[in-house]
Amino acid sequence: MREIIVLSGKGGTGKTSVTAALGVLAAGRAVIADCDVDAANMHLLMQPEVHKEEAFFSGELAEIDPEACINCGKCEEVCHFDAIHQGAEQYEIQPLRCEGCGYCEVVCPTNAISLHARRSGDFFVSTARTGDPMAHARLDAGADNSGKLVAKVKEEARKLANGYQRNLILVDGAPGIGCPVVSSLAGASYVVLVTEPSASGLHDLKRLVEVLKKFRLQAGCIINKADINPDQASAIRDFCKQQDIAMLGEIPYDADFTAAMIQGKTIVETSEKLNQLMEAIIISIQHKINVL
Amino acid sequence: MTKTGTFKLAIASGKGGTGKTLLSTNLADYMAQTQAVLLADLDVEEPNDALFFDAENKVLNPQFKMIPEWQSDRCTLCGDCTRHCKFHAVIRLGDFITVFNELCHSCYACSDLCPEQALPMKPYRMGETTHWTLNGLQLIESRLDVVQEQAVPLIHATQKYMQELETKPELQILDCPPGTSCPVVAAVDEADFVLLVTEPTPFGLNDLKLAVDTMRQINKPFAVVINRQGLGDDKVENWCKSENITIATRIPYDRQLAEQYAAAKLAWRENAALEEALEELAVFIKQKQVQYA
Repeated sequence: MREIIVLSGKGGTGKTSVTAALGVLAAGRAVIADCDVDAANMHLLMQPEVHKEEAFFSGELAEIDPEACINCGKCEEVCHFDAIHQGAEQYEIQPLRCEGCGYCEVVCPTNAISLHARRSGDFFVSTARTGDPMAHARLDAGADNSGKLVAKVKEEARKLANGYQRNLILVDGAPGIGCPVVSSLAGASYVVLVTEPSASGLHDLKRLVEVLKKFRLQAGCIINKADINPDQASAIRDFCKQQDIAMLGEIPYDADFTAAMIQGKTIVETSEKLNQLMEAIIISIQHKINVL
Repeated sequence: MTKTGTFKLAIASGKGGTGKTLLSTNLADYMAQTQAVLLADLDVEEPNDALFFDAENKVLNPQFKMIPEWQSDRCTLCGDCTRHCKFHAVIRLGDFITVFNELCHSCYACSDLCPEQALPMKPYRMGETTHWTLNGLQLIESRLDVVQEQAVPLIHATQKYMQELETKPELQILDCPPGTSCPVVAAVDEADFVLLVTEPTPFGLNDLKLAVDTMRQINKPFAVVINRQGLGDDKVENWCKSENITIATRIPYDRQLAEQYAAAKLAWRENAALEEALEELAVFIKQKQVQYA
């Protein structure tokens, strides 16, 4: 089984549009996983039929029993997350600040504090409109532990790949270089970088590539909006060459991206030109990993 | 919230790439014409604001988080620390206690509760905060070291750094990370008001709804800025109307603006449409400054 992770560093470069397009071109062969659980969008292009929806619990949350609390304030003293304050009558825990470390529970003299499993979102097992199995999720507003939810989505995607005998998982990743990104890289076979020729795009790509080096992962690069700044585009090509990152293709700045999105379609379904471009890109990826 | 006469304005969005950095940098530069402004880049995983300024006069501050360090000579291997740690960051391997720095949340429980004081907390580098002073503008950027995964402790450390500044500009603009999870909540935590930047597309609308949910949950007052107005459809506009959400300004869709941004230019100086949008936004912000500061 091969896992292709689509990442960018910078947000809004076209990760989801590209992953969905690859999904359509590889229909019948792939499992799709949306690991951008913070701001998941793949479902808008894949219109999945949901078969299983489950709450996801991760980590813990402290709660104060107002009956048992004697307002001694020891909990507030030891909390390093500024999550406990004297409320109108009793000490109260601010759930979004509580990291569930349990220090307050240990020091409470009346055992008024207990820790409970914390809900951080939902995950879904579905069938995409391409007929392929799909795993995706929705993190609760402001929730912690997006990295763990990403790991859960990947675990479900692997089960689907085994169950449906698919040898390819297409993973849409999160922006940035933090825990959701690192979590999505576990078990990766190949990384597809989607970038744009802007100062920000290149800067963010460089930091992401440092992370990939740390995990010794192979990567190829797609430049989206390639004609928006020729100097930055050539700087990206130079950087990729120097880092041994294959150039997979370049997509011009194109309003068809948005037009496709508004129809709930992928760029390969609404534009013949983009279809040919993406076909060429998928062949390049195929050469690299020999599975598609 | 601040009680020092400063007004903290966070620029956030659910979806990445909607124009947070475009808005933060141009707004800061625009507002600095008439008042002292501090721009803080809290997108610590991928900070970009400094790319837009010719900033030389800088001060570098390494940032640390506190991590327990095992002292083998004091340890009796009682195992209390491993039981207290909810993050599996303190593990006993044979006759050794190992601390996994990446998993540690710096809660101090293992350290404070160790009966032998065998796990004193020690500073551990997580990134750095750079502070530039420009004409009328202070620019602060925090940058997570690439090997680090946790953005939240560095965001908190940056806020602390800003609180300890001797002179605090009356307008502080906070460029936040994308998403709706813990780094965003940490970044907007001290803001008086939040601007959510979105684009008029299905992805933009979907993620705006998530961001609005988050703001409502943490009781932050907010308004929306629509970037690339004219690119997609009018569903964002209509949804905001139906939810009674103020649209503070609209930045028209313009390929030239994308080119100016790509070249790391402060585009409002040469882009009249952006300047007009900022003019409208400045009036809105000044009202909020009076209301909240």
